[in-house]
Amino acid sequence: MKEALVEKYFRPGRLPHIWCPGCGNGIVTAAMVQAIDREGLAKDDVALISGIGCSSRVSGYLDFNTANTVHGRALAIATGLKMARPSLTVLVASGDGDCSAIGGNHLIHAARRNIDLTLIVFNNNIYGMTGGQYSPLTPQGSRATTAPYQTIEPAFDITALARAAGATFTARATTYHTPLLTDLIAKAIRHKGFSIVEAVTACPTNYGRQNKMGNPGQMMEWQKDHAVMKAKWDTMTEDERAGKFPIGLLSERTDAVEYTAAYDEIIRRAQA
Amino acid sequence: MARVLLMQGNQAVVEGAIAAGVRFYGGYPITPSTEIAEGMAKRLPQVGGKFMQTEDEIAGIAAVTGASLGGVIAMTATSGPGFSLKQEMLGFACSAEIPCLVVDVQRVGPSTGQPTSPSQGDVMQTRWGTHGDHWIIALSPASVPECFDLTRRAVALSETYRCPVILLMDEVVGHLRERIDLPDNYDDLPVVRRKVPAGAPEDYLAYQAKDGSLVAPMAPFGSGYRWHVTGLVHDETGFPKGTPAATVAQQDRLRKKLTDHLDDIVTVEEYRLDDAELAIVAFGGAARTAYDAIDLARAKGIRAGLFRPVTIWPFAEKEIRALAAKVRGILVHELNCGQYVREVERAVQGRVPVLAYSKYDNESATPEDLLAEIENAMKGGAGK
Amino acid sequence: MSLKFVTARCKGCGICAHFCPKQVLMITELNKSAVAPGKEGDCIACGQCEMRCPDYAIFVTKEEG
Repeated sequence: MKEALVEKYFRPGRLPHIWCPGCGNGIVTAAMVQAIDREGLAKDDVALISGIGCSSRVSGYLDFNTANTVHGRALAIATGLKMARPSLTVLVASGDGDCSAIGGNHLIHAARRNIDLTLIVFNNNIYGMTGGQYSPLTPQGSRATTAPYQTIEPAFDITALARAAGATFTARATTYHTPLLTDLIAKAIRHKGFSIVEAVTACPTNYGRQNKMGNPGQMMEWQKDHAVMKAKWDTMTEDERAGKFPIGLLSERTDAVEYTAAYDEIIRRAQA
Repeated sequence: MARVLLMQGNQAVVEGAIAAGVRFYGGYPITPSTEIAEGMAKRLPQVGGKFMQTEDEIAGIAAVTGASLGGVIAMTATSGPGFSLKQEMLGFACSAEIPCLVVDVQRVGPSTGQPTSPSQGDVMQTRWGTHGDHWIIALSPASVPECFDLTRRAVALSETYRCPVILLMDEVVGHLRERIDLPDNYDDLPVVRRKVPAGAPEDYLAYQAKDGSLVAPMAPFGSGYRWHVTGLVHDETGFPKGTPAATVAQQDRLRKKLTDHLDDIVTVEEYRLDDAELAIVAFGGAARTAYDAIDLARAKGIRAGLFRPVTIWPFAEKEIRALAAKVRGILVHELNCGQYVREVERAVQGRVPVLAYSKYDNESATPEDLLAEIENAMKGGAGK
Repeated sequence: MSLKFVTARCKGCGICAHFCPKQVLMITELNKSAVAPGKEGDCIACGQCEMRCPDYAIFVTKEEG
């Protein structure tokens, strides 16, 4: 990220951030900033709501209307804010545990309603803030402090979950694929309706170490080696797909009415 | 012009909310509060407001805090089980100082309890439900007209003191139907709104009160004042600060912004109390029994009167102390196993006997039931 | 071309050095990113370090002409 963007979008005196050496959260944050800058949004017109966890600290760094709220509830709080102020561009930053475990119910219902929020899932496959417990997005067979022998639970594909629940824009990128991540977040912001961008990000301290993933650079190499662009993914056999995951724009629909617009119609009816 | 209506307490809450300027509701159906959600679903869009039936109780209050951050007066309503689920968000609203109205129409608990039966078992949950030290305002209406008035009052207090306010109802009052006179339209009723900043955005600190009050102006998100909200301990900038001094400063201010204004916040009603020897302390649905029971007692020559706390929290400490100085005994009647009475005992400090008539059998007391308790009290310590 | 290091923000994670195609960057004994000795002239200003730095501690400027 260019220094001018740091100067423009970060609150003075709040850096360095709290994230560990090699944590990808700073890269995801940079992608968000670059996407917002590319879309030409005024800082006053952007709200960023986060839950609780490492990634949710992002709201404190950026100079928007921001809230670091309650574990799992960011989407529900953002929903109320969007209803109150539909003209705001409302982004939600949430970790994999925050939005797929304790906040999972809010995720599927925000997606179902197709409310115009952009959810950035910082997926580092682990609860980092509390020291490395497994989340619903921890790959099956991984080690975690609460799975010292290995996890036996299958992981969600959170974009597929959101898509099945009604999300009209789903996408995934990694911190290695930074320009793609920026591009997808920009597109998600532009999308009118519920959008989710899963950002695959490394947690060297609490996931990498337990799972012998190597140093931060090596963890990003893993992202490069296991991510496959959607167009290629679509041509691959099941065997070829094993152990890999698609990145890019995974789905986009424009046929569903956005929630706040639908409610405006309810107001017209009630007042008729 | 006024409308004379026969209305349920829950419906009067709806009308009070509309009159108070509530324009967002997020909530989940739960007996015996559901009529509030149904009423808001119908009424809000008529006045340009918005109603959401959320996926769960937590999302209800979460959306309410979000809407409030957007500058819209917002509320939710629930009953015991849902009130329990909302507690963490209530703590967030206390800490981050986000105004909102939470109506709890109490039912019998714990757990599913008796959904359609009256109880006042949430008195202490209202006070101490969320974790950590915190301070809260709770009001308890005893009639349908008061449901209208106190809903407006609760919103006004919430906006004035930038905090969540609980309207602590019970099934008796929520489902009671009685006469209420309402204005044809609410345009002439004042709406109390939070202070908003007026100065330069770069000078704005979201938790700094410059006017000598302890309540800082609150800028709606999107109004040009960019600020940060957190449930972490924070200083006047709104950013996390975990030092011992910052922690104490935040706790003290959150307490004092209410306790410095007890004369504004705490209201009580008295009925035939002037010459009373025995004071009945009762609130909400339980107080309704007391009016008649006191009339029956008076007819028998017993000088009983009613002390009805309208504000349940903060506790009417000064008023209860004054009461203890002028009566010979206090009988606390509540529809639970004895919650408010503990506070009364604490405030009275043994100056006069404090007796409890705790009723927790799914039914309200009849005036005759309470009269019998009054007579017992007079035979015992209170009448000597 | 010039590289600017914001040393106070650098946590020495090594991502910049890992992905530098010309091995210009290294992590010092003080756990900070720096130009490796003798590599000053090798930077091609590809910007990969700036793009992936999680701490906004390295910036690349391309000089005109």
